[in-house]
Amino acid sequence: MPQYAVLIYEKEIPVADIPADVMAANLAAPAKIAEMGARIVSEQALAPASTATTIRTGGVVTDGPFIEAKEAFAGIFVIEARDLDQAIAVGRLLPIMEGGVEIRPLLEM
Amino acid sequence: MTGAEPPGVRRAVADAHRREWAAVLAATVRVARHLDIAEECVQDAYVTALGAWTRSGVPANPGAWLTVVARRNALDAVRRAAALRTRLPLLAEAEAVEMGYPDEHAVPDDRLRLIFMCCHPALSEPARVALTLRLVCGLGAGDIAAVFLVPETTMLARITRAKKKIAAAHIPFGVPERADLPERLDAVLAVLHLLFTAGHTAPSGPSLTRTDLARRAVDLATVLLDLMPGEREVHGLLALLMVNHARRATRTDPAGRLLLLEEQDRSRWDRPAIAAAHRHVVAAMRGGRPGRYALQAAIAALHATAPTYADTDWPQVLELYDELRRAWPSPVVALNRVVAVAMVHGPDVALAGLDELERGGELAAYHYLPAVRAELLRRLGRDREAAACYRRALDLADNEAERAFLARRHDETAGPGAGGRSG
Repeated sequence: MPQYAVLIYEKEIPVADIPADVMAANLAAPAKIAEMGARIVSEQALAPASTATTIRTGGVVTDGPFIEAKEAFAGIFVIEARDLDQAIAVGRLLPIMEGGVEIRPLLEM
Repeated sequence: MTGAEPPGVRRAVADAHRREWAAVLAATVRVARHLDIAEECVQDAYVTALGAWTRSGVPANPGAWLTVVARRNALDAVRRAAALRTRLPLLAEAEAVEMGYPDEHAVPDDRLRLIFMCCHPALSEPARVALTLRLVCGLGAGDIAAVFLVPETTMLARITRAKKKIAAAHIPFGVPERADLPERLDAVLAVLHLLFTAGHTAPSGPSLTRTDLARRAVDLATVLLDLMPGEREVHGLLALLMVNHARRATRTDPAGRLLLLEEQDRSRWDRPAIAAAHRHVVAAMRGGRPGRYALQAAIAALHATAPTYADTDWPQVLELYDELRRAWPSPVVALNRVVAVAMVHGPDVALAGLDELERGGELAAYHYLPAVRAELLRRLGRDREAAACYRRALDLADNEAERAFLARRHDETAGPGAGGRSG
């Protein structure tokens, strides 16, 4: 089965301020993903963009993320799915408040 | 190709190309599991047909003959590829390949899979349109480019990029699951509608209609209805396209100038096609809240069956527009509704509605907005203001026939007697 990166872009709010229903949907997602026959290969959540450090061409080190945006890159899933339709169904399970989810096929080596 | 084939054979191959291409390709994709290889195998099968049909006659079922040959070519290609251990990105297709004579019932399903793949929402809309013409209709990139007025290299790049995405992202060759069907079917219907509008009113260029493209869209909608007879919105879209296509002969005068609905010669409309479309309107409207295509088709059918523009059932048209605005809240619908408001309640009431629409700002670059305002002002005898609006519409319109119409109206209203009706 092909693998996809599911990139989550979201407005940054303190963990304590995340609405209960969003939290609940997040916790429920893995079981639902397994139920539909897809598989989570790995998942990582990122610390806020304010903690990021960027190294640009030439080795200059700066404070902040590579791309400044209202919605920050917040986390990544790698999943295994039957096809793009199933990967989209997985992406739709993730509760998004203001941002979006990008689905990218991994290069098949 | 030697060019020595009898004309009957060449015609049979050309017919089979127009009618069977999608079915043959769809059945071949299942074996080849790679779009480019499948296309090549199908092309080869048509070339083979020229010679074979010259020698042994045209087979009773050309589509089945071509499918068998194309699938055999594909199987050979797959074996060669496997032998070379090449790593071609494969289409997402889990089912095992079964060879042999194509199953009569499996073929239409494959064609539906092909349509859904080409119209997948993960592809850009221009890519969906181009892929549908290329893969479902078998048109060459050069022809598609000519229709959309882009260089052939641009169109070729667009098609290649879309095919690569299908392979790399594993866009499935399949019919979406029940839960996703309404959304996905909408994308398919939108592509067919776009194809038709591109043919019906070419966005720019010298001629208003590209009948070929419009006819292709009608054919595709007919095929889609064969494959999904229970979908009311497919009935609706087919009806809409058929009604509009039935008026094709009267949309311009012999000099190629655009004629308004009220100026068209209704005796030249294709009555049998309008009657056939009406049956689809009934099927689309029956059983629950009608969708946007059903409602658009119902409006078009009311126009098509009215004896004259003035004697159209305008109150009914307005009611359908109110319903359409609920089903499909688009500013373009709101603009068309204004025209019906003018016919029922008068141009001054319609102007007030237009002001509200203009404040919304969504139609700022749409030439029909100033054109409708100009028409309402003209009817009220406010020629000077009308002329200014025709001028604004002219600045926004690209199609030559439409521009000629707007220029004519501008000159009429901006004449020496501007300010009152100069006649």
